[in-house]
Amino acid sequence: MMQFMLLFSRQGKLRLQKWYVAHPDKLKKKITRELITTVLARKPKMCSFLEWKDVKVVYKRYASLYFCCAMEQEDNELLTLELIHRYVELLDKYFGSVCELDIIFNFEKAYFILDELVLGGELQETSKKNVLKAIAAQDLLQEDLNDGLLH
Amino acid sequence: MNGSESGFNPAFNIATIKQVVNEAIERVRMPTPTRLRDLIRQIRAARTAAEERSVVNKECAYIRSTFREEDSVWRCRNIAKLLYIHMLGYPAHFGQLECLKLIASPRFTDKRVGYLGAMLLLDERQDVHLLITNCLKNDLNSNTQFVVGLALCTLGAIASPEMARDLASEVERLIKSPNAYIKKKAALCAFRIIRRVPDLMEMFLPATRSLLTEKNHGVLITGVTLITEMCENSPDTLNHFKKIVPNLVRILKNLILAGYSPEHDVSGVSDPFLQVKILRLLRILGKNDAEASEAMNDILAQVATNTETSKNVGNTILYETVLSIMDIKSESSLRVLAVNILGRFLLNNDKNIRYVALNTLLRTVHVDTSAVQRHRTTILECLKDPDISIRRRAMELSFALVNGQNIRGMMKELLAFLERSDAEFKAHCSSAVVLAAERYAPSDKWHLDTLFKVLLKAGNYLRDDTVSSTIQIISSAATERQAYGAMRLWTSLEQSAVSGLATEKQPLIQVAAWTIGEYGDLLVSEASSAISMVDEDGVDDFVRPTEEYVIDIYQKLLWSTQLSISTKEFLLLSLAKLSTRFTTQASQEKIRVIIDTFGSHIHIELQQRGVELSQLFRQYGHLRPALLERMPAMEPVAAPHRDEQELDLSDTSPDHTKPDQDALLDLINGSDSLTNGDVEHQPEQIATTNNNTSSNDILDLLSGLDLTPSVPAAAPAVLLANNNVEPSAAPAALLLDGLFAPPATPQPPHPADANERNAAGAEWERAVLERGGVRVCVSARRAAGAAATLTARATSQLHTLTDFLFQAAVPKKIQLDMMSPSGTTLSPQGEITQVLKVTNPTKTPLRLRIRVSYNIDGTPVLEQTEINNFPADLFN
Repeated sequence: MMQFMLLFSRQGKLRLQKWYVAHPDKLKKKITRELITTVLARKPKMCSFLEWKDVKVVYKRYASLYFCCAMEQEDNELLTLELIHRYVELLDKYFGSVCELDIIFNFEKAYFILDELVLGGELQETSKKNVLKAIAAQDLLQEDLNDGLLH
Repeated sequence: MNGSESGFNPAFNIATIKQVVNEAIERVRMPTPTRLRDLIRQIRAARTAAEERSVVNKECAYIRSTFREEDSVWRCRNIAKLLYIHMLGYPAHFGQLECLKLIASPRFTDKRVGYLGAMLLLDERQDVHLLITNCLKNDLNSNTQFVVGLALCTLGAIASPEMARDLASEVERLIKSPNAYIKKKAALCAFRIIRRVPDLMEMFLPATRSLLTEKNHGVLITGVTLITEMCENSPDTLNHFKKIVPNLVRILKNLILAGYSPEHDVSGVSDPFLQVKILRLLRILGKNDAEASEAMNDILAQVATNTETSKNVGNTILYETVLSIMDIKSESSLRVLAVNILGRFLLNNDKNIRYVALNTLLRTVHVDTSAVQRHRTTILECLKDPDISIRRRAMELSFALVNGQNIRGMMKELLAFLERSDAEFKAHCSSAVVLAAERYAPSDKWHLDTLFKVLLKAGNYLRDDTVSSTIQIISSAATERQAYGAMRLWTSLEQSAVSGLATEKQPLIQVAAWTIGEYGDLLVSEASSAISMVDEDGVDDFVRPTEEYVIDIYQKLLWSTQLSISTKEFLLLSLAKLSTRFTTQASQEKIRVIIDTFGSHIHIELQQRGVELSQLFRQYGHLRPALLERMPAMEPVAAPHRDEQELDLSDTSPDHTKPDQDALLDLINGSDSLTNGDVEHQPEQIATTNNNTSSNDILDLLSGLDLTPSVPAAAPAVLLANNNVEPSAAPAALLLDGLFAPPATPQPPHPADANERNAAGAEWERAVLERGGVRVCVSARRAAGAAATLTARATSQLHTLTDFLFQAAVPKKIQLDMMSPSGTTLSPQGEITQVLKVTNPTKTPLRLRIRVSYNIDGTPVLEQTEINNFPADLFN
């Protein structure tokens, strides 16, 4: 089960955080800060896994963004890399060659997509098409009724 | 909310018209708030942190003011902005209630943002949960699948045990929904609910099995996840689900054999996510079950041979397959296939693949050691990898591969690794080397050499118990080995002292000081030439020192400002001993001068020893040779563990101090001169009798002295009278502690410490698990604040247990910190300790659920129990 997922930039700025375990805010901040520093300090040639405290951190860099998942010990690290890649593909399809700015300005959309892919720390849908269909239908529902209230 | 579907409904339309009118009025009344996009732009435009803070503060103030207004149409925009601000690290808790209002709103946008906010701003610790539980209940009954979806998603992310209990029946109903979109989400919600509250599992069982008959991959994968959790939760459920093995095999077979399906394809592999989940569930179902294993042998072989390995996806599946093959009772040919796959992984260019290979080999090494041994060279090569993750795995695996045949070669590599490794590895690596050397040492000499090398290379990272265990080994060795030890250690001591590196190698200095103090006569005598000092590289770098030179080096170390007090205590006592080992008058005199200087040392303990020892050069000179005689061979101690020593002082320290106390008692027997309160600090300890072996040693030592009762009776009194130290500040026990106790003995506890411990409460202890000679005891002790320290001790009478794992859980209001266990392998008469720190600010009654897993002769055992009879005043 995934314990949390963080997206952050090369400069160490947090872009998205999704927690599937209950921690007090203070602890979340501490974990985030420490983990970002540790991951950014690793060299590009190193492997994508990091045993960190009691979790297994799987991370991968896409352009300027690091995607970083904290998994439990029994989880398949290589599959987590595939999961990250799937999320990136979905973002890419949704935004049309996604870049960091898309995620900054539409962070809520990035969350919505993640929530259609992963629920409670486990993968819920293995078909890209189904995820995008569900997102599109909900976007439509949103725009029909009250356009412009959010943005 | 779907107006077009509901057809003509006057009430509905009037409500809509009202809402539109209200919104229009509000838009006129309130100025339109900053758009989310504009706020993000403003924040990004800020050039300094202070500037950013001021933008954020201004916006937060504005958002707070709008929250005070009721029913704003802009609420969702404001919450979205707040969520962005929250991500930047600013406080946003004041938005929690607003999220709930959004969730309660009929608009989909409001709900979507409201639930998002709830997931980010609330977690199960918040009090608003009762409110959100009601909202969730409503939305779980909605007609719009996406509203149900949002509610399920939120429940899955932030379900507290109370919420889980309240909403479990709704979730169970939704698992049976015909809608795949809802079904899959409900299945994962059930998974989370069971995780939080395992008791709720029963109610989900009937609905779960049918999930595997679905075609939809989302439902299949979530169903498999749910079943996996259930099987791991209870052995009964595991048995219940054994019958689905054929279904799982069929699904897996269809995935492999089915042609290209674009929807689920990942680089030519059909739905790797689902494949991996199924493989994992098969592993759990096939473990220790020959029949189930038989049923999955073929499909595993098929997956292992047919999977494309050029891409990460293929390797992902192979990795999972290998784990399953190794865990179930698979055919031997299949196991060979699996180990070969790992061998290929080890040679892969991709670091990630190499990492999982090491990881998997470590997990399979106990199943098939010889197969893993074949890859030894490659594994040792990985010790040199620049990547810390790979080095860590390689180190653990290397230690697992050490045996009687390869110990010399392996140790050479591991010692080299120890020398260059990072600080965080040194402690672990050095104790593993010490353990391996103890187990497989081909000869005494080799064992001693290895220990000396560890002392040299691990420096101050060495665990304290290695010092005492090394001393014990030297003390019980043959005389020529003792001389050899003294000579080797002298070389290291001299080099460290001359090069100024002694501060980084204090454990080495301590062992060297003890050994040279005991066997210094052998070090400087002509007889030592007979002992070969040629090392593995064929070099003999030993130069026999003169007595004066040894003393000079001691002086240099003793006067160094950086050595720790306990290292200096070792050195000082050792120096005193040398006065009876060295023969010339000049060196005796030199030693006396150095010891005298400590009579005015700034540190009270060293001063005390200085004063006491210098008395042995004056009026009590006749006692010196007998008092400073060589220690008798020490008996091996039952591996005193450091954690235990640190945390259970109340248990262990009396054992250490009793001998001295008794010796003292013996000496002052019948004396009236000491009734002035000096020994009253620890009356209860003096009163206790004991049969401790080491105390017998010391009593033997004393009985060997032919002393008339009057001399010892007078000795302490006179010594104290001569002593400038305030008697009450120096417990009388210390007087003889320095003379008789081996230097490794911790100092007797200061009276104040003893009082503190008493104040901390008596220790509570219960045996909580006892089966087949395996026993787990848990003891609890109060700590400062609303906290307690629990110590779990596992012992095994007959069997050696491997992979011992201790897990614990506490109610959510209590915080649990598990320290690292003392080991994972439990040998008969050995002990594994695990310390848990429990913080309980709310002082809820402590319940502790523990789970213990281990292997006996390769058979895994899992036991769990719950302890709820902790003393009520544990946290007061």
